[in-house]
Amino acid sequence: MLTTLVAGLVLGGTYALVALGLTIQYGIARTMNLAYGETIIAAAFGAYLVHEVLGVSPILGLALIAPAGFAFGWVVYGLLMRPLVRRSKGGAALEIDTILATFGLLFVIQGVMQVGFGGNYISYSYLNFGVDILGASVAMNRLLALVMAVAIGGGLYLLLTRTRWGTALRAVAVAPASAPLVGIDADRAARFGFALGGALAACGGVVVSMYQTFTASSGVVFTMKALIVVIMGGVGNLAGALSAGLILGLVETFVATYVSPGLTLAAVYLIFLATLLWRPAGLFGKARR
Amino acid sequence: MTTLSRRRVLRSFGMSIALATVLGALPATAQDRTSVKIGYAISKTGPNSGGAGITTLPNYLLWVKDVNDAGGLELPDGTKLPIEVIEYDDRSSAEEVVRNIERLATQDKVDFILPPWGTGFNLAVAPLFDRFGYPQLAVSAVTDKAPEFVKRWKKSFWLLGGGHDYTNALAGLLSKAADAGTINKKVAMISVADGFGIDLVTAARPSLADAGFEVVFDVTYPAGTTDFTPMINEAAASGADTFVAFSYPPETFALTEQAQVAKFNPKVLYLGVGTGFPAYGAKNGANAEGIMSLGGIDPKNEANAAYRKRHEEVIGNAPDLWGSVVTYNSLQMLQEAIKRRGLDRDAVADELSNGTFQTVLGEVKLEDNQLRKLWLGGQWQNGQFVAVAPVDREGAAAAILPKPAWQ
Repeated sequence: MLTTLVAGLVLGGTYALVALGLTIQYGIARTMNLAYGETIIAAAFGAYLVHEVLGVSPILGLALIAPAGFAFGWVVYGLLMRPLVRRSKGGAALEIDTILATFGLLFVIQGVMQVGFGGNYISYSYLNFGVDILGASVAMNRLLALVMAVAIGGGLYLLLTRTRWGTALRAVAVAPASAPLVGIDADRAARFGFALGGALAACGGVVVSMYQTFTASSGVVFTMKALIVVIMGGVGNLAGALSAGLILGLVETFVATYVSPGLTLAAVYLIFLATLLWRPAGLFGKARR
Repeated sequence: MTTLSRRRVLRSFGMSIALATVLGALPATAQDRTSVKIGYAISKTGPNSGGAGITTLPNYLLWVKDVNDAGGLELPDGTKLPIEVIEYDDRSSAEEVVRNIERLATQDKVDFILPPWGTGFNLAVAPLFDRFGYPQLAVSAVTDKAPEFVKRWKKSFWLLGGGHDYTNALAGLLSKAADAGTINKKVAMISVADGFGIDLVTAARPSLADAGFEVVFDVTYPAGTTDFTPMINEAAASGADTFVAFSYPPETFALTEQAQVAKFNPKVLYLGVGTGFPAYGAKNGANAEGIMSLGGIDPKNEANAAYRKRHEEVIGNAPDLWGSVVTYNSLQMLQEAIKRRGLDRDAVADELSNGTFQTVLGEVKLEDNQLRKLWLGGQWQNGQFVAVAPVDREGAAAAILPKPAWQ
């Protein structure tokens, strides 16, 4: 029972970590980034190169890859998203436009990775040893994912709620049209939010690459999982993403242990549906008027 | 600044199209052929690209290069024609692969078509190969229904055996170990709820039961599962000495890692697709020692060793240790059949059915359009994935059991 609990939390840590960036991008920049998973995979390839070619620990590689993710997000927002934001009057139209634009971006990034790395499975081992927690042996690299998810999620939550800078970001998230009235540069804040999401995706990619086999085309799986977590937790809510990720991890592990591993996916979608029926805006979401 | 009127643009456009059609039709009307057209559709993108990119596509590329470097495909009269390749990406979509094969046959009018990757895709295109009269040398397709298919599609060839072949070989291997008192007669088994896993586990249940083994843990998991901790814990608690997983590559890699973390070291560890990838051996190093799976090679076979070396030089990475060499073998068979009988597809199919060939596998002769002399089980031993099953085939190495402890 305790073993299952620990295993579930650790699995949930991965889900939460992967979803944090998307919830920021969706929540603050109000752009639905379908190429999110590809950013994760690109970072995973980066970590792979750092580990295999340079022989450096992927964790040190984070110092390079996370800023690269930030820069990538910054550029993508500037080139691809800003014209859409300018054109739209906000709301649903912007969401649909960004979905279409990033859907195209998805294939561009995937194609570039396919050309660069081919379609083969990529895998390397790092920090793959057991750590004993409450009688359960947990892989160090997965534990790292949980710790990073909690640290990044918690840290950003505090930043967003307790600092002036965070308040400005949240103001843009809530009322992008009114934020400029109080002297906030909405465009700059949204761009920063999008780039921050890119950096978080890169962090997720680096950690995930340590224990998961990936190919150039496996980004979609991450986007899907992240979307479920983000929508279930409440769009733009870090605490929501964190808890939704952990809940999904726990559900999967408990169902796999006590019911049947074949029903894990069914259970995940059942919980997802139940949550949305009970709280349409997600666990921590506020109903929008 | 010159402005082009729409009419003018359209006219020149129409003319250039007409011209291109005439030019394109020319080689077809001219009787002297300058090349042999060989076409294929393969998953270069999408979820299947991982498997196609290691077992199938590199061998197509290597073979075409080998043949063209040697002056081309030899015909019965001794002339040599270079191969002209027409390649399509099926994007891992079953509809797309069907469209591509149809296009190769009707529009590109290629001389021969090489099969796509995967059991499902080979079955999807088999009726088309049959309808257009192309021989189909299906390699990356494991199916128990091959004898039936051969009756239905006369020019289809099945070279990688069926699920029962592999599970019977596994049961034979386990029986030998159980008789020697190395392992108990309990098996824990998991399988992916998808094509390969379903086929193999359905075959494994009777195979193991017939050999007197009791399957004490038998569950399926959805494809894409990344966390196997619950299943590993239950398998460990089940008291079985043998752990079998009919898994896909990402899961095979994950299972290997997570078994180490959980300190789960069964006496027999048998995993699915991916175990025979060179990357698996490279990644797991000493920890791969003793792990078993489908396939395997005979390290003493010199033709195979030379093939592996050339594959590494030309493609840049080593071939996998199960289907790759069989794929290359199928292409050599095609090459030899063309040399003996020419470009007539019926004659080539007949030669493939009845001829005896010298390939990287040694001497090969198909039985009822199927390759029956196969390595069905391999084990990592000293950095090589050597064939250990069927146990009664000449050249099979002895399995090292129990599996050594994790490093």
